[in-house]
Amino acid sequence: MTDIAVVAFAQTTHTAENAGLSETEMLLPVIQQVKAATGLNRFGFTCSGSCDYLEGAPFAFVSALDAVGAWPPIAESHVEMDAAWALYEAWVELKHGVVDTALVYGFGKSSQTDVAELLVQQLDPYYLAPLGPDQVSLAALQARAHLDRSGAKEDDLRAVAARSRAAGRDNPYALHLDDPAADAGYEVAPLRPHDVAPRTDGAAAIVLASGDRARELCERPAWITGIDHRADAHSPGVRDLSRSESARLAGERAGAAGVEVAELHAQFSHEELILREALGLGEDVLVNPSGGALSANPPMAAGLIRIGEAAARIHSGAARRALGHASFGPCLQQNLVCVLEGDRR
Amino acid sequence: MPSETTAHVLEFPGGYTRSVGPVIGRFLTELRSGRVVGVRTAAGRVLVPPTEYDPDTGDAVTDEFVEVGPAGTVESWSWVPNPRATHPLDRPFAWALIRMDGADTALLHALDLGEEGPEPPRRLRAGLRVRPRFRAERVGSVRDIECFEPEVTMYVAPTRLEYRLHPGRALDRFLEGMSEGRILGHRCEVCDKVLVPMKGLCPMDGVPTTEEVEVADTGTVTTFAVNNIPDPRAPEVPFVSAYILLDGADVAMLALVSGIPADQVRLGMRVRAAWKPREEWGRSIGNIRWFEPTGEPDVPFDAIKDYT
Amino acid sequence: MTERCAVIGVGQTAYKTRRLDVSIAGLVREAALRALEDAGLTWTDIDAVVVGKAPDLFEGVIMPETYLADALGARGKPMMRVHTAGSVGGSTGIVAANLIRSGVHQRVLVVAWEKQSESNATWALTVDRPYSASLVVGAGGYFAPHIRAYMQRSNAPDHIGTLVAVKDRENALKNPYAHLKIPGISREMVEMTPMLWEPLRYLETCPSSDGACAMVLASEDAARSAPNPPAWVHGTAMRSEPIVFAGRDTVSPRAGIDCAADVYAQAGITDPRAELDCAEVYVPFSWYEPMWLENLGFCAEGEGWKLTENGATALTGDIPWNPSGGVLSSNPIGASGLIRFAEAALQVRGMAGEYQVDGARRALGHAYGGGAQFFAMWIVGSDRP
Repeated sequence: MTDIAVVAFAQTTHTAENAGLSETEMLLPVIQQVKAATGLNRFGFTCSGSCDYLEGAPFAFVSALDAVGAWPPIAESHVEMDAAWALYEAWVELKHGVVDTALVYGFGKSSQTDVAELLVQQLDPYYLAPLGPDQVSLAALQARAHLDRSGAKEDDLRAVAARSRAAGRDNPYALHLDDPAADAGYEVAPLRPHDVAPRTDGAAAIVLASGDRARELCERPAWITGIDHRADAHSPGVRDLSRSESARLAGERAGAAGVEVAELHAQFSHEELILREALGLGEDVLVNPSGGALSANPPMAAGLIRIGEAAARIHSGAARRALGHASFGPCLQQNLVCVLEGDRR
Repeated sequence: MPSETTAHVLEFPGGYTRSVGPVIGRFLTELRSGRVVGVRTAAGRVLVPPTEYDPDTGDAVTDEFVEVGPAGTVESWSWVPNPRATHPLDRPFAWALIRMDGADTALLHALDLGEEGPEPPRRLRAGLRVRPRFRAERVGSVRDIECFEPEVTMYVAPTRLEYRLHPGRALDRFLEGMSEGRILGHRCEVCDKVLVPMKGLCPMDGVPTTEEVEVADTGTVTTFAVNNIPDPRAPEVPFVSAYILLDGADVAMLALVSGIPADQVRLGMRVRAAWKPREEWGRSIGNIRWFEPTGEPDVPFDAIKDYT
Repeated sequence: MTERCAVIGVGQTAYKTRRLDVSIAGLVREAALRALEDAGLTWTDIDAVVVGKAPDLFEGVIMPETYLADALGARGKPMMRVHTAGSVGGSTGIVAANLIRSGVHQRVLVVAWEKQSESNATWALTVDRPYSASLVVGAGGYFAPHIRAYMQRSNAPDHIGTLVAVKDRENALKNPYAHLKIPGISREMVEMTPMLWEPLRYLETCPSSDGACAMVLASEDAARSAPNPPAWVHGTAMRSEPIVFAGRDTVSPRAGIDCAADVYAQAGITDPRAELDCAEVYVPFSWYEPMWLENLGFCAEGEGWKLTENGATALTGDIPWNPSGGVLSSNPIGASGLIRFAEAALQVRGMAGEYQVDGARRALGHAYGGGAQFFAMWIVGSDRP
């Protein structure tokens, strides 16, 4: 069994508005940071996650490659998914054992278009997209289903948002958002504006390394003890929206039990409740100390950042066993769970 | 020949009263409820529309009625570009023999393709899958089916997504240069190469670049294609798209070449930017309309081959 | 850990300008079900699904694999989406192979597809943003100048492209799935078609197709119960380089050279022309055959056109290239790379029907994309490595 660890993580100071940088310009500093942190300028494998539609043109990943310094040519691939899945692809490559280091990055801006509306076009093109249900409306359907089944109340959603925002204010990379307003109206009931992840531009990069190479590159590598991802069926009408079967499966296979900290890619308050239940996270688990996606949600990077944040707590010695989670698709359709541990030997 | 004619109407007041019997009656009753049925013959075939007898043998049919359809297949058709007043539709349509799914005989009815014109629509052919369009108000008549129409095989999905884009720091500066009639690039401090337009980084070295360099608006064609497919930015067809190595730059840029017949463009040809009139300049690469020959001697291919 | 990986199932759709008879799910399932049938498996036997396609703008569905998850039997399973431009079909195959070779899964379904008729390929590939530093668009306009540079560098005669156009279309006549089938295809026919992007004529370019290709990849254990012969993966490689940089060789990109060197080393190949029995290489414009012959080391620099001219790459030649008819005959862009990989597998499985290369035991599958900057290759063989 090849031991693979997160040995470096960097993210941008995320912004709620366009900061006047191209995606490539936004990405370059985080790649430079992980290169500096590891002392590596070349990696055995490189993989990224991005979305053409966020930029309104094809081939977002082509110009992003300029930030890597891909000369001489590099072994490289790309997923049209959150970069957490790029990390998964890199993990598989390292597990295969031909190379021992990998660079993973993701980037995206939600300042350039209305992402909730954009994601209508991610839905079934025959039965769903023509009706135009935006991302928030569908999420609210899931929230309603969860509240009805679990007995959780809208106040529980507010509590998630309040805790996330408070934590985010302590995170220099997150947006610093006010406490939920007492009189906030619904955006789409039962969700209020604070239950919805904010518009964010940002990027992140991670370096993975295997075996002794990881120990050389990092004082306290965050070893990946389990990683798994699963999909649910697409249509909200053919699955139990009140829970996440795919997250449960991924958590079970990745070994979610017994983590001290969990960074969950919950883009809506109720998603945290669904994910806690699916992953079996008790009250004693510290959830989203970074503020989570409710404090900064750069598309295509936010899932990778959850893994990075979980790893960072192991790098710093703050946690021994941590979980990073990423989600993708409407209503938590796909879920990835990565369990990390320090001090393996 | 009589010089005049006189109108005459033959019309039974109130209309004929037709008894339909059990078989046709069942068919029309079901039709009024929005269903199509046929009757089974002794030989096992299903007749739609049903008759009291097997048209092959003359034997009586069984009393078994079978629901068919709702879809059917066109077996044969004709196209009516100029419908008559008595026709079921008042716009061009087809007559079709339609074999309902589950039936062994065909039903004649009108077929609306939603397309008009003197020529039959291309998709009108034997094998076309169709379904009845029922009238909202039905009375128990074969015209309770207003007409048939093709099954849905496609729909048009308009999508329109709006963006608010920013060019980014480096491209913004490049476009600012364009608005002043200057072509800007960056020199990479690692490889010392000049990249035009600049990207704020060196793709080879993966480092930021900041040293601004202005390059000439003259250069050399490193290679080109003669395009016969129209392009909105090209003045005419054929037009030449060429890689041009600007003097002072280390990467060739793709641009149009004009001011010379396409068949006279050469590798190594020297060119100069043809700028639009200054009053038309914006923050756009389009300030350069295209490149035109300078008339200088060509550069030998050997000198430019490393840029192709 | 490195486990052995085998192709035990291949499925393809008929490639056509417009597959109006199917939905997107219907299209991808057609290929997937054929691959499962070839492998003697059902959906439930599959551990994970890897989907590849080129830009989502083709169909206007963002990450359509999320909608396709249940159509591809992926409910409760891992599913990934790869996108590396034109090379994506190849990259997708490699991602799937690595899931087996790393020991993560036993049986992986890989599907790549494109339904280009839902919009317009030229539009989808060249949507221009308002801030552009480019003055020309279009794939032909982009690649044709590189072809001219090759002709200049190699002194190749003008008719070489025509020979490739004829040869690949003749092969396509033997392939039941091929899109362009032109009975009696000849040099005269190609030369009569208009110049689109001189030096490229109409019939020297690929069509725009709807279609999907699927494969079932399996571990050595899982391959044992396969009903049909496996194709063993002997090597895989991917390489990328930036699209623009000083001194870039756009005729023979270094990424392609390095990628080939890597995959040959893994397969123990030192002389590809002698040691490979055939190759399915991404040739969307006729002249890319001689260009890639050189880039992939089948001959010395400047000699590629001679192999084409003397018939070495014909179905009857010593190193047949694109016996299936290749990209010049069928091009659902996102699938085209995986089709190359799958056709290479069919050859070494002895299942290529009328275009079977006699006794093929080792074959190369190749894909490239972007500005000829992304490369993906694999070598498959009939012998277990």
